[in-house]
Amino acid sequence: MTALSGVPAAGTARPSSLAAGPRPEPPGAWAASAAFGWRALLKIKHVPEMLLDVIAIPVVFTLMFTYLFGGALAGSPRRYLQFILPGTLVMAVLLVTMYAGTGLATDRAKGITDRFRALPIWRLAPVTGGLLGDTARYLLAAALVVVLGVAIGFRPVGGAPGVLAGIGLLLVFALALSFAWATLGLLLRTPQAVMSAATVVLFPLTLASNVFVAPHTMPGWLQAFVAVNPVSHLVTAERALLGGHPVAGPIAWVLLTSAVLTAVFAPLTAWLYGRQQ
Amino acid sequence: MSAGRAKPGPTRRGRPSPGSGLAIEAGRLEKRFGGKRALAGVDLAVTPGTVYGLLGPNGAGKTTTVRILATLLAPDGGRARVAGHDVAAEPRLVRRAIALAGQSATVDEDLTGRENLVFLGRLAGLPRAAAKARAAGLLAAFGLEEAAARQARAYSGGMRRRLDLAASLIARAEVYFLDEPTTGLDPASRAQVHQIIRSLAAGGATVLLTTQYLEEADQLASRIAVIDHGTVIAEGTPGQLKAAAGPGTLRIRLADPAQRPQARRTLAGLLGALVQDGVDPLVLTAMLPAARSGQPASDQAAAAVAELGRAGIAVGEFALGQPSLDEVFLALTAQPIASSAPAAAGPETTATGSQIFTKGSS
Repeated sequence: MTALSGVPAAGTARPSSLAAGPRPEPPGAWAASAAFGWRALLKIKHVPEMLLDVIAIPVVFTLMFTYLFGGALAGSPRRYLQFILPGTLVMAVLLVTMYAGTGLATDRAKGITDRFRALPIWRLAPVTGGLLGDTARYLLAAALVVVLGVAIGFRPVGGAPGVLAGIGLLLVFALALSFAWATLGLLLRTPQAVMSAATVVLFPLTLASNVFVAPHTMPGWLQAFVAVNPVSHLVTAERALLGGHPVAGPIAWVLLTSAVLTAVFAPLTAWLYGRQQ
Repeated sequence: MSAGRAKPGPTRRGRPSPGSGLAIEAGRLEKRFGGKRALAGVDLAVTPGTVYGLLGPNGAGKTTTVRILATLLAPDGGRARVAGHDVAAEPRLVRRAIALAGQSATVDEDLTGRENLVFLGRLAGLPRAAAKARAAGLLAAFGLEEAAARQARAYSGGMRRRLDLAASLIARAEVYFLDEPTTGLDPASRAQVHQIIRSLAAGGATVLLTTQYLEEADQLASRIAVIDHGTVIAEGTPGQLKAAAGPGTLRIRLADPAQRPQARRTLAGLLGALVQDGVDPLVLTAMLPAARSGQPASDQAAAAVAELGRAGIAVGEFALGQPSLDEVFLALTAQPIASSAPAAAGPETTATGSQIFTKGSS
């Protein structure tokens, strides 16, 4: 081939650096997820500002709930802390889950989703890989609440096993809930819209629970909601695990709710990601 | 104009696809977005191992066609096969055979250039060490070594485009879809991308290249489909398309810009030809009609210049040449290519040298 138009002919330049070897087999589900997980962790490394609310929310919640409500609700902040801290832990981590949806919405807005969808990879890999980065966020938020709580006087009677089991159960529920935000992230157009929608769901879900007060002081209709709210069961399970007297009922409820959330939203997310719209 | 295009035939080394043996075949592709008809029956047949140009203004349906062929979009009607596989029934097999460089530079802005390539190499199935080696090779080939450790958000538009293209070359593909790969590039980067496209085809791959730049399609593609309003309005080799536009083009440079409207009327009346104002206020371009084939183009041109002289219009220079693809497009659509693409009529449009149909043509 010769070119007469002033551009050097191809093949003379540096074909060796461009020529790829034979195309490898596409990665499996785990390898593809791991690649997306690595990307999520790199994003945290390069844009540590993204962790700002992951740090601020646990710190502010732990201090604010304890000292704002403690005197009025339990006689003293110190006594209230023992009651509120498992709730603070749940609220702080669940609020952070909404980032599971904003990342996907950002990818879509930037057009990079098209590149992923044209690859022969497991359709859910971008989502499950993203959850790896989210896991880092959830663990950071949980650790901050526990460490700060202990520093201001919280006694985890359950000890290290209780705390680890509590954080583990919370992580399971948070990851399952993340699939719901992932679905939203693929349905709504902008990351801001995902945050707004997730906030609208998360605030009533966390506030209308047994986080702050025992439900028996509430009107009947609210008690009815609090009783079926999965967040209430999660908080009850966390109180039991951190308090060193785990009870099977609430834990089973949380695991069941997590399984249902995953069973509904993971396939929905995969379908939305793969659909040729 | 140029002999630098890969010719189908003995030099072709493309892997034959099952069935028709075509790398890309599309029949009556249709797509609607809401009430807007984006594709109204697009047909394509692309021979393996060639560069195929899909040429048209913004909104003509180029990107929609590419997105359907790359399994991103389901057509409302029609069928398509890529590398022998049906895009609707076997999307995963199609994805294993293609590489896509979309119109927006789709890299992760938070990651560095190197990390982007290693990440996509891993997604292509390369082991970690191979992905790193491949990323290093591509960074060198695209002149991005110095910027390799910087986040892509700090890249210039041209660098980002090169990184995006490098990302699409991570793994070998049978069919490459390059959607306006040179939009926004400076002339040097553009020439580099042209080399890359040629070397892909020389290596046996098929390249579907969409472009608004007629020169680019002319230089690179062995065949071109001109697409407008969702249909292919012409298809053939660049030479065939030019021949269809008429025997030649007369370019006249006047001495006085004030005389241009009169000169335009005179030429149109004499030749019965499409006469277009150039960006330069002194320049007029007339496409000599094929209908008067009894008369050689040179005679028509000489008569036209003489007629201008008789009308008292001073001609500074004139030249008779082959029609450019710009003019072909004009003849096919009866509208300048940039008129429906105001956003694209920026500096990069002028950089191609397609001076006739840049923003001055409205």
